[in-house]
Amino acid sequence: MITFLALVRKDLRIFFQDRRAVIMSFVAPILIGSFFGYVFGGDGSKYSDAGKAKVLVVDQDGGAAGAAVVRGMEAEKALEVRRVTLDEAQELVRKGKASVAVRIPAGFGKQAMVPGGPRPKLTFYVDPSRTLEAKMVQGMLVGQYLRATGRGGQMPFDTEEIPLTAKRGVIYNAYAHSFGGMAIQFILFLGIDVGIGMLLDRQRGLWKRFAASPLSKWTLLGSRMVSATLIVMLILGVVFSFARIVFGVRMEGSLIGFAGICAAFGMMTASYGLLIASIGKTPQGARGLSILATLLMVMLSGAWIPSFLFPKWLQDVTKAVPARWAMDGMDAMSWRGLPWTEALLPMLVLVGFACAFSLIAAARFRWEAE
Amino acid sequence: MIYAQFEPFILPFRPFVVEVCAEAAAHSTKGYRTMLQVIGLKKAYGDLIAVDGVSFNVAKGETIGLLGPNGAGKTTTVSMIAGLIAPDSGQVLIDGAAVSGDTNPVKRRIGLVPQDLALYDELPALANLELFAALYGIGGAQAAHAIHEALVLVGLQDRAKDRVSTFSGGMKRRLNLAAALLHDPDVLLLDEPTVGVDPQSRNAIFDNLETLKARGKTLVYTTHYMEEAERLCDRIVIVDHGHVIANDTLAGLYRRLPASNRLLIDLENAQVDLAGVRELPGVAGAEMQGNRLSVLLADLSSGATKVLAYLASGGHRFESLSTAAPSLETVFLTMTGRSLRDL
Repeated sequence: MITFLALVRKDLRIFFQDRRAVIMSFVAPILIGSFFGYVFGGDGSKYSDAGKAKVLVVDQDGGAAGAAVVRGMEAEKALEVRRVTLDEAQELVRKGKASVAVRIPAGFGKQAMVPGGPRPKLTFYVDPSRTLEAKMVQGMLVGQYLRATGRGGQMPFDTEEIPLTAKRGVIYNAYAHSFGGMAIQFILFLGIDVGIGMLLDRQRGLWKRFAASPLSKWTLLGSRMVSATLIVMLILGVVFSFARIVFGVRMEGSLIGFAGICAAFGMMTASYGLLIASIGKTPQGARGLSILATLLMVMLSGAWIPSFLFPKWLQDVTKAVPARWAMDGMDAMSWRGLPWTEALLPMLVLVGFACAFSLIAAARFRWEAE
Repeated sequence: MIYAQFEPFILPFRPFVVEVCAEAAAHSTKGYRTMLQVIGLKKAYGDLIAVDGVSFNVAKGETIGLLGPNGAGKTTTVSMIAGLIAPDSGQVLIDGAAVSGDTNPVKRRIGLVPQDLALYDELPALANLELFAALYGIGGAQAAHAIHEALVLVGLQDRAKDRVSTFSGGMKRRLNLAAALLHDPDVLLLDEPTVGVDPQSRNAIFDNLETLKARGKTLVYTTHYMEEAERLCDRIVIVDHGHVIANDTLAGLYRRLPASNRLLIDLENAQVDLAGVRELPGVAGAEMQGNRLSVLLADLSSGATKVLAYLASGGHRFESLSTAAPSLETVFLTMTGRSLRDL
């Protein structure tokens, strides 16, 4: 046990010795997680400026109905409305400065008020690369049109958006997902460091001293697993504490479940590092391949783009990606507000991956570089 | 270059190589307790045979030098003795117990000073030593005592809390040695422990090793520096191309050289009858290098007189006279036909 603890302590000391690397381990996921959280809707209490769609309005009608439509759009939290001339509108959309421009033609108001008459026509100038935003704006305009032309200025019906989470009153906080995603990404890169660090130790001859002592490979690999898991849990703890304090991210589900996911993900990451060390013959050789594998894993985990946007077949494929289970588990325990029992399957899968990776690493373990 | 210079002297003595090897078996550690037995070690990497049947014994308290050029198989032999790599065949016994397997307790009796500086640069010396002590299950007060003793021995007690990255090359070498002593091993394997250090640090390491020798430790010292082996070792095992080609005490090796002394005479002119010199009794060889006559003699006192008398009778005038004692360099050259330093 003295040996095991000394090896764990050594790894932790080496990690904390490089202060810049330590700071970056915490700061990088916080910075990038903050950015993505902000872009994808912030804490849900309001739309951020960055999230607003820019809409240009060309009001050639000048009447009350057109003005009502424009006022209604200006009241939309998701839109940033600017009145321009037709030429300006076309120029700005063409240059990609705005996603959509709406032309309210002359006579729009009069036509709209004639029952049974020809329907007034709104023209949309659309940036073809941002059709999603254009569709959203069109939908909002329909609402405003109905409101402006309905009897007594009233809409025939109201619309309401209700975010669905497991707990009542829980507002979706985009920071919860983005912090989880970025933490997963940077922690997987830490896994690469674990693997390459081991290869470097072996290359520097440090393992000769280990091999000359009565130390088993299981003690060496096990101690690295424990130290890396502790570091992962610490990083996740710091990152999510920051998210809690600054962005109000709460564990709406189970804190214990979340801790379990973190521990299981830590074990998976550590074993991923051991796997890199066992497959890579040299630090240089291992680096390129492991970076590619890590980026693919992060991409498929839904850390960058939510996995529900993937095609169905790809969503099925990503079940073979351990980071996907970590992401789903963290989402479940944070903003989805699911009970701890929902953490069990992701934990089990992550521990399964950790065991598989560790066994492969142990089987391929060599004290001496080939 | 050196080989060409000595080639005329070497060729006649080749048969002695075989005899010296045979002596290896006979020259065991009679009267002593055998601490290390290396029996027929073989190791190949693909087609490359690194070690091919290396055998030798080392008595308790004895220091042997494992001597050979780069690539001779010294480090592979030491790695097999330390249990770092498994031999293809053969066996290593420490005090009668076989060294095999990762967790074999007999490894506690071996200390390895690897050729690489096996230290964590980013950690203080103390943290390094705490870790290496823990590898042998030594912790707490016992570790603190062992670390203090080792640091005092290598003269680094004042730098215990400094990071290894701030150490000079010589200090790192000394710390590399200290790390192998923490568990008080019976057998210390030193794989070229003075590579790349300044003369002052080399002397300091040698002082440390002489202290350990005085404490009764068994040392196996690999080097390709002849003077190191001559200073420290009781016995020399010469390895070349994976084979042991000699195993004897220093004196024993010198004795077996047909001509172990050189007489160097600077003459006024180089017109010497070399054939006449070579025919003199006790002369094993002679050659001219410019105005310098170099004569190999089996016995310096009788041979030198005869050579000088012969030259004087030929009317030669001497500008200076000097002699060169035998060295391991000469031994190696005689055994292999090559110089260590040429390799």
